Order: sequence, then C-alpha cells, then structure tokens
Amino acid sequence: MNPVNYLYLAALLFTIGATGVLIRRNAIVVFMCVELMLNACNLAFVAFSRMHGNLDGQIIAFFTMVVAAAEVVVGLAIIVSLFRSRHSASVDDASLMKL
Amino acid sequence: MENLIALLIAAPLLGAAVLLCGGRRLDAVGHWIGTALAGASFVFGAVLFVDLLGKDAEHRTLTQHLFSWIPVEGFQADIAFHLDQLSMTFVLLITGVGSLIHLYSIGYMEHDERRRRFFGYLNLFLAAMLLLVLADNYLLLYVGWEGVGLASYLLIGFWQHKPSAATAAKKAFLVNRVGDMGLSIAIMLMFTTFGTFAFTPVLGTHEAEGLVGGTSEATLTGIALMLLLAACGKSAQVPLQSWLGDAMEGPTPVSALIHAATMVTAGVYLIVRSGAIFNAAPDAQLVVTIVGAVTLLFGAIVGCAKDDIKKALAGSTMSQIGYMVLAAGLGPIGYVFAIMHLVTHGFFKAGLFLGAGSVMHGMNDEVDMRKYGGLRKYMPVTFVTFGLGYLAIIGFPGLSGFFSKDKIIEAAFAKGGTEGWILGGCALLGAAITAYYMTRVMLMTFFGEKRWQPDENGHEPHPHESPKSMTIPMIVLAFGSVFAGGVFGVGDRFLHWLEPITGHDHGHPPISATTVTAATVAVMVIGVTAAYLQYGRRPVPVVAPRGSLLTRAARRDLLQDDFNHVVLVRGGEHLTRSLVYVDHTLVDGVVNGTAASVGGLSGRMRRLQNGFARSYAVSMFGGAAVLVAATLLMRAV
Amino acid sequence: MSFPLLTATAVLPAVGAIVTAAVPAARRTAAKWLALLVSLATLALAITVMVRFDPDGDRYQLTESHAWIADFGVRYELGVDGIAVALIALTALLIPFIILAGWHDADPLETGNRRWRPTQGFFALILAVEAMVIISFEATDVFLFYIFFEAMLIPMYFLIGGFGDRAHAGTDENAAAQRSYAAVKFLLYNLVGGLIMLAAVIGLYVVAGNFSLQEIAEARANGSLDMATNTERWLFLGFFFAFAVKAPLWPLHTWLPNAMGEATAPVAVLITAVVDKVGTFAMLRFCLQLFPEASKWATPAILVLALISIIYGALLAVGQRDIKRLVAYASISHFGFIILGIFAMTSQGQSGATLYMVNHGISTAALMLVAGFLISRRGSRLIADYGGVQKVAPVLAGTFLIGGLATLSLPGLAPFVSEFLVLVGTFARYPVIGIIATFGIVLAALYVLVLYQRTMTGPVKPEVASMPDLRVRELVVVAPLVVLLIFLGVYPKPVTDIVDPAVKQTMSDVQKKDPQPEVEAAK
Repeated sequence: MNPVNYLYLAALLFTIGATGVLIRRNAIVVFMCVELMLNACNLAFVAFSRMHGNLDGQIIAFFTMVVAAAEVVVGLAIIVSLFRSRHSASVDDASLMKL
Repeated sequence: MENLIALLIAAPLLGAAVLLCGGRRLDAVGHWIGTALAGASFVFGAVLFVDLLGKDAEHRTLTQHLFSWIPVEGFQADIAFHLDQLSMTFVLLITGVGSLIHLYSIGYMEHDERRRRFFGYLNLFLAAMLLLVLADNYLLLYVGWEGVGLASYLLIGFWQHKPSAATAAKKAFLVNRVGDMGLSIAIMLMFTTFGTFAFTPVLGTHEAEGLVGGTSEATLTGIALMLLLAACGKSAQVPLQSWLGDAMEGPTPVSALIHAATMVTAGVYLIVRSGAIFNAAPDAQLVVTIVGAVTLLFGAIVGCAKDDIKKALAGSTMSQIGYMVLAAGLGPIGYVFAIMHLVTHGFFKAGLFLGAGSVMHGMNDEVDMRKYGGLRKYMPVTFVTFGLGYLAIIGFPGLSGFFSKDKIIEAAFAKGGTEGWILGGCALLGAAITAYYMTRVMLMTFFGEKRWQPDENGHEPHPHESPKSMTIPMIVLAFGSVFAGGVFGVGDRFLHWLEPITGHDHGHPPISATTVTAATVAVMVIGVTAAYLQYGRRPVPVVAPRGSLLTRAARRDLLQDDFNHVVLVRGGEHLTRSLVYVDHTLVDGVVNGTAASVGGLSGRMRRLQNGFARSYAVSMFGGAAVLVAATLLMRAV
Repeated sequence: MSFPLLTATAVLPAVGAIVTAAVPAARRTAAKWLALLVSLATLALAITVMVRFDPDGDRYQLTESHAWIADFGVRYELGVDGIAVALIALTALLIPFIILAGWHDADPLETGNRRWRPTQGFFALILAVEAMVIISFEATDVFLFYIFFEAMLIPMYFLIGGFGDRAHAGTDENAAAQRSYAAVKFLLYNLVGGLIMLAAVIGLYVVAGNFSLQEIAEARANGSLDMATNTERWLFLGFFFAFAVKAPLWPLHTWLPNAMGEATAPVAVLITAVVDKVGTFAMLRFCLQLFPEASKWATPAILVLALISIIYGALLAVGQRDIKRLVAYASISHFGFIILGIFAMTSQGQSGATLYMVNHGISTAALMLVAGFLISRRGSRLIADYGGVQKVAPVLAGTFLIGGLATLSLPGLAPFVSEFLVLVGTFARYPVIGIIATFGIVLAALYVLVLYQRTMTGPVKPEVASMPDLRVRELVVVAPLVVLLIFLGVYPKPVTDIVDPAVKQTMSDVQKKDPQPEVEAAK
C-alpha cells in the first residue's frame, strides 16, 4: 500500500483535532482533540520513517507518546482543579488569570 | 610710578567691596569711607598727572601690565593699563567730579537708610569708569564699559520700591546692551582682522603705524560702525537715546556724575581713542557726524518741551554729547575739541544737575519747574552757581562753554564743502536752541512769581538753602564752569596737551574764526531773547498748556518711546507668547503625540489578549498556516 | 602599581551612597552629615586629581586599565585629559553645595512612620549620581562610558519624581502628578537617546573590534581603521543624538523645563549643572575623536540647531511665568552656546565651550539655588507672586542679582570669558552665525532683568513682607559660588591652562586649523 495514504490520514486526523480544539468549549474534549493532533503527528512520523527507511521517525514517535502521557497527567490535573474552583469545564470561563 | 595706575582703580573698588559686603555695621561711616577712597583716587590721579607733565610731550605714556587674563591658544587678553594724555584727562575729570559728587551725596542722601549702599555703588561706578579709560585693550575696556552700565543700572534703580525707577534701570541696561553688542562685534572683527585687540598694536603710536594701516577700508568701516553703535548706546545718541530721559529716575547726584559728566561721555572716548580706525574709514566718520548732528538737535528740541527740570537737563546732555560726537566724527579737526567740550561740559552740567538737586532738596523733591518760580531769593548759593553753569552752557563769552562749543562749530565748518556748511548750520541752530531752553529752565526756576502749592498731604514746601556739604561741590564746579574754558582755550593749552595722541588738523575753514564766533554769540542772544519773551515777560502757567504738535511730540521724546513700545515691546511680547505656545504644543506636541499614538496602538493590540484559550489557538493555527504557505510559496518560486 | 586615584574618586561617593542609604531612619541628621563629608572628601580627591594632572604631559593621565569582559574586548579603562579634569572638579565642587542647599528638602513630613527614610534616600541618590557622573568623565572605554551614561538616569529619575518642592509636597495631588510626568518624560527622552546610542556603540564594535577610545582614535588617525563614509555618519549620528538629548539641543529640549521646574532647586542644579554636562563633554570626547570626518560633515546643521537653541531658549525664557522654568530655558540657551563653541572647530571656541561648561555650572548653581531659597520661603514658583523682596531680604536679592548677572554674562564675572571666547571662536569661522548668536546677549539681559525687576523690586507684596533674609547655611552655599564667579571672571588662567592642551589635541583630531587673522594672511 502506498505510504502516502497514511500521510493523508494523518493530515485528516490533525485537521479534525485542530477543528475540535477551536470549536469545542469543554476542556476535556479540547484535551482529547489535542491528543488526536499529537497522534496524527505520530502517524506521520511513522509513515515518513517507513518511506525514508530509517528509524528516526519511529524513535520520535515514542518521545511524543511519553510527552503526551506527561501532558495528560499535568493537563488533567489542571482541568480538575479548574473544575473545582469554577464548577465548569468550559475553557471560555477560564479567560482570566485569576478567580 | 606705573604701579599707581592699578591703585587708581583699586581704591574705589576696595571701597565698593567694603561698603557692599560690610553690612549694617558700616552704616555710620560708610559715606566717609566712600568719599575718602574717591578722594584717594583723585590724589593718585593728580600725582600721575604731575609726573606726566614732567615728561616731554611725546613720551607721556605709562603702561602697567598686571597679569595675563585670558590666555587661550591664538587669543590673548591681558589685564594691563595704558595711561596717556587722553586717559589722564578722563582720570582727572572722573575722580575730580566724582569726589565732589561723593561729597555732595553725603548731604543729599542723608535721610536715606540705604546711604551706605549708595556710596558702594558710586565707588563701583568710579572703579569701572576708570577701568574703561585706563584699559590697554578693547576687551578690558569692554569690562569697564559694562561695569559702568551695571553701576548705572543699580543707581538708576536705587529707589527700587518705585516701579518707575526699576523699569527705567532695566531699560537703560537693555538699550545699552544693544550698544554693547556693537562693541562685542567690533572686538570680534578686530580679532579676526588683526589677531589682537590691544590698543598699541592695532592703533599704532606716533612712532609706528598700527595694523590698521594694512587693512581694507571695508573692514575698517565695519569695525568703526560697530564702535559707533556702542557709542550710541552708552552716550544716548540717536537711535539708542531713549534711556537717558528715564534714567533721571535715579538720585540726582547719579544724574550729575553718571548721566551728565562721565559715563555718557564714554562713547566720545571710544571714538576718539579709536581715531586711527575712524580716520581710515571716511564713510563711517560721515555717519558719526550725522548721528552727532541729529542728536544735538533732537536733544535740544526735547529739552525745550520738558517741564521736569532733570529731564530738561537730560535733553540738554544728549544734545551736548551730540556736539562732542559731531566733533569726534570730524576726525583730527575735531578730536581735541570733542574732548575739551567733554571736560567743560563735565563741569557745568554736573554743576547744573547738582543745582537742580539742591532745588529739589529744598522743594520736597518736586521736579516740575512749573511749580517752582522765584527761588533766587530762597537759595542764593544755588542760584549763583546754577546761573554760572547756565552762562557756561549757553556759551556766554569768556565762560568755559563758549571756548569749547565755539571751537566745535568752527571745526564743523572747517570740514569743508557742503557737508561743512550743513554740519556747521546744525551746530549753530543747536546753539540757539540751547540758549532758549536753558534760559527757559533758568527763568522758570529762579525768576518770576512763586508757584508752589501744598502737596496732597498739605505740606507746603519751605525752600531753603542746602547744607555746606552740598553747596561746596557746587561752588567748586561753578569755578570750573567759569574758568576751565579759559585755562584750556587760551594759548591752545589743551590742544598741545592732547595733540600727540589725537593728532590735529586745521581743516579748510570757509569763513574766518571771528565770523563763526560772532555768529555763535548772535544766535545765543536770539535764543535767550526768545525765551525771555516767552517765559520772562509773562507769568508761567502752572498747568502746562496743550502746546503745538511739535511740543507735544517733544514732550514724548519725539515719539521714539511710542515707536519702541509698539514695535519692540509689543512685538516682542507677541513673539515670546507665540513661541511659548509653539514650544508647548508643537515641539512638545510632536513628542507627546508620538507617545499618544504608541499608547493608542497598544490599546488596540491589547484587545487581542482577551484571555480566551481558543482565540489564542486560532492565531497559532493561523500563524502556522501562514508559515506553511510561505514555505510552500518559497519552494514554488 | 600606583594608587588608583580615578577609581577612588568615583568609588568614594558610590560607597558613601550605600552607607548613607543604610543609616537608620531615626538618624537622618547623621545621614546628612555623612553625605556632606563624603562629598567633601570626594572634592579633596578631585583636587588631588587636578594637582597631579600635568597639563603639558600625556593626553590621558592617571590611566587605569583592567580586563573586564574579555570576550567582547570591553575593558575597565580610565584616564583624564584636561577637559575631564575641569569637569570632574566642577562636579565634585558643586555636590557639597547641592547637599547643603537641599539640607531640609527631604525631611519627612510626618515623623510617625519609623521606617520611612526619604532623607537617607535623597542624599544617597545625589551621591550615586555624583559617582556615575565622575566615572563617565573618566571612562576611556566606550562601553564603560555607555553603562554609566545610562545608569545615571535611574537615580535621577527617583530624584525628580520623588522629591518636589516643600510647599507642594503631599498637599497637592496635581503637583505630584506633574512631578511624575516630568520624571517619566526625563527618563523616556534620555532612554530613547541612550538606546540609539547603544545601537551605535554596537555598530562601532562591529567596525572597530574593540571599545577602547584611545585605540580606535589612534587607528582612525593613522589610517589603519577605515570606515566607510556612510557608516561613520550613521555611527556619529547615533552618538550625537544621545548627547544632544542630554545636553539638550533644540528640538530635543522639552524635557528639561519640566524636569527642572518640578524638581527641587538642588536637584535642578544637579540636572543642568552636572548631569547635562556629560552630554556636551561626550560630544567633545567621543563625537569629535571617533568620527572626525562625520563631525565636520554635520557641522553646519549642528551649528544652526545650536543657534536656534540660543535664540529660542532665550525668547522662551522671556515668556516664562515660573522662575525655575525660566532658568531652565536660559540653560537651553547656554547649552546652545556650548555646542556652538564645540562645533565652531576653533581653539577659542572649544576652549570657550569647555570653560563655559564649568562657568555655567557655577552660575546656574548660584542663580538656581538662590531661587530655591526664595521659593522655599514663599511656597510658589510663580514670578507674579513676588515683588519687592529686595526691601525685606537684601542679601538674598543681592546674591540673586549676582547670579542673574552671571547668567547674562556680565564682564568681570566668569561666564563672560567663556561666552566671549565662544563668540569669537564662532565668528572667526562663521561670521554670520557669530553675529546672530550675539543677539543672545541682549535677550539674556532681558530675561534676567525682567525676572529681577518683577520679583525683587517695586512695592513690597504683603505675602513677602515677613520673608527672612538668607540664613547662615544658605550663605555658606552662595558666598563661595559668588566668590568663584568673580575669581574666574578676573583670573580664569588656572582653568584655561588645564583645558588648553586638551583642546589643541582635539583640534588636531579633527585636523582643523584656526583661521588666520586677515592681516597675517595678507602677508
């Protein structure tokens, strides 16, 4: 199968993720869309790795996963504390850097 | 002997320093200190005079070099003095008349609580004036020149609580500054032309020609005209004459010393001293004579219309200095007579002013002559001394003014050609008007009915003779007014004394000296008669009549002040006010405007930072998209 | 290694500033005396510098040189020429008077607050400014100079913004707003100038490879460092702009009247007599030495701006209603003379300009400090609020008059010598500009005499009737200044002797010769 198709898929996933980030208000959904974008990138890396025949892309994909995992930990913590203080998970409600 | 020159200046300078810094402790003795030091200066002057007389005419020059004043690469100014016959004449006049007026002031200022300071200023004036005439270079002369200006400023404004006095003082200083600008430019021109501004190298001596000889006439004319501007300022010549009348706000001894006998004649000194420059610039000389002739008529006309005795005398001073300037502009024909008239004028005009002061002293400081009348009975000494001064100034044969003024009129004719006739005619006309206005002053003050009335507080003046300390100087000056001319004029003594410095030339008299003398006496008689018919035969009205257009203009100093007020004062006020506005709105406005527009821009930019995470995300994606697009475009190209 | 005299002269007031600032709140009198003693000790050091300096010796003397930031060729290099010596002496001389004149200017209004220490801050800031100004005069490394040229803005900012006239302090909200406007304006103007200069300093490093004034000037002189004409001009403009803001030259002057008007009189003296001198000094030292060709290129424009400054400043001074702003505009006029003298490129002009810097410092200090004493008595800066002071306080009026006469350059007082030299030096090369500048002396007489007449003469106004005359402390401030004005007017040789060789050097830097007198030239 032509590896370029994977790239198209990656672009599609990225676009979906980006649109989600832009149009959704719920912090959890936004967060999941960010994850989607990260994974789209991962897919692209792996596809490129295959196309160019070296392993750099795959190594980077692992890095991304680790970073994404760390991000989940921190991000979720922030969302939870935001929800506690404001009783809402809407990103638009958190427009000020104070309560 | 040379070392005495510095002492000559140091004595009054010390007096000024002691009196002005001494504080109230010296109030009791201050006036004696001041007078003693002025007298000391006169004694030094006399000693030097005797010393000079002992030398032969060609070598009567003493110099003293104190120290290097401004030593800068390519520029050298020294504190050094130069005493020759010309400066000696001035030294004796200044210290002599100066000492007498110090003495007079002891009585005149007796009731003034600031008398000590008055004497300090007088001493300061003496020091500056002596510096002016003793300096051996133009820059040091400039120091004295502005020094006398300062002293004059302080003394005119001595009664500072009167706004009119403070304004008059300021005006005098400012008008003089315009003249000083001329002197300053003249010195700069000398520096760029000759590389020096010391008298001896620039002007030369009778043995060696100075640097003036090798210079173009155009440059010399420029220098000479700038010197003339300076002289106009200091000597109250048209067009810078307007300050002298107002300067009469000062105490009368000041008017006598500074604004009659000495300071105002500094311009004549400057021109005569710079004779070598003027001789080589005939165009400038012509301007000098014109200025002199115009001023002598101007001053005389103004003098006719004033009812204030001091202002009438001030107009007369202006006019008499006009004679001197006219003579100085004639070149070697007139230099000697300019100085001779200067000295005799110093005697009789100082005497007249002191007389006027004595009258005011007895009349509760009333200056309006229409409120005098018949004072000869009450103040006999003042009457006699004033009368002698009066006879001297109108040129009564045998008195000092006769000798000096007659010579100037002769010299004016001797200039030759049409110019000679015009100048001589002006001088004769001036003599007639002089006789007229001085007779008017004399008649209104000392003759006729008494016209004084109680002032608004009900105090009627009780005219009385002044104390001895005031009458003695008046008597001495009256002697000078009577005899100085004879001493100088008979046998041409004064001519022989000054000739080595100024040179002398007989010119081309178109008519004989006897004719001129006869004409002078004749116009004098006409002037006296006219005044007698108007003021002696008829009673003088206490309230001034409206008078003709000319009279009214002359009362207002021929409208020159009005011109100044409209053009300079008003114009200047508008200019500064609009500049203040421009500075605030335009110059500052540009900067504030820049600040405001930066502020406005950031106000708008601030709205982008709204805190919504999603709008930040849009700009991030937008930016990323732009970057990608740009990269692709670059690839494609 | 010999004793680092120059470093000591700058470090002493710096240390003094720190110690003064650390004095406990209750001991504010001790802080004042400490500051005064430190400034006097600095004066002693400055006099030592003057004595040790040999006018006929090397161009830069008492030099010190240490590596500092080796990677960028920045060195800690100090050295003084005659011009710097004269200005260091002036600075060290004026600071004790400024401290003494401002003795009560920063006393706390309420004594309740135990931790509030404005007095300590005021005197510490003054000493800090002194240290920075002195080191700017000493630095022969462009970068070192730049740092202190900029750093002195910080203490000045606090001095202007933090301490106003006693009469207004704390009572008038509007006055506080005006003051902070003035301080911010001062800071912004000078920062913009400084930033442009920073760009030029970096540019200079790129072109020359180091920051040493002496090395660069030498390389420029012997041709081993060639700058493209345009590069040189841009760099020159960058430096000149900063100095012209500081000096200040028309049309960059508008910060000065605000700053001098709002600051207390001693701080106003600090601004105009001390800090601003760094600007004109730097024109002589950096602009002319580093960029001789560009300096000559820019001369006509600068002369015209200087001429405008002279006339414009004087005219605006005539139109002022506020005593301190009047003095500020007079200073703008005088700075015009200084810049005129520097760029006339004649020995007389530059000697005159240097002398002018010294004399202007003394004369403005005399006039402004007496004006400050006057203002502190009546609590108003407006000329119209005074009248007849001469009658009630003759000594105050007399010293005010002498300060004024010095400002109008009366012959016999120090400023006359310098002003005349500047005029002669300008006239020798540019007669028309010289003549127009001469009008400045008439205008100077006008604004000084009008000020004197309106405040000191006339009938005594009821508000000033009970005004006390100068106190002993105030006399101690004014009397020495008056004596100096007279002394330097009659005998300026001690200063000209120090300055003259340095001026000769500068003249040879720009390869200009004095115009010859016409008579000599004809031979």
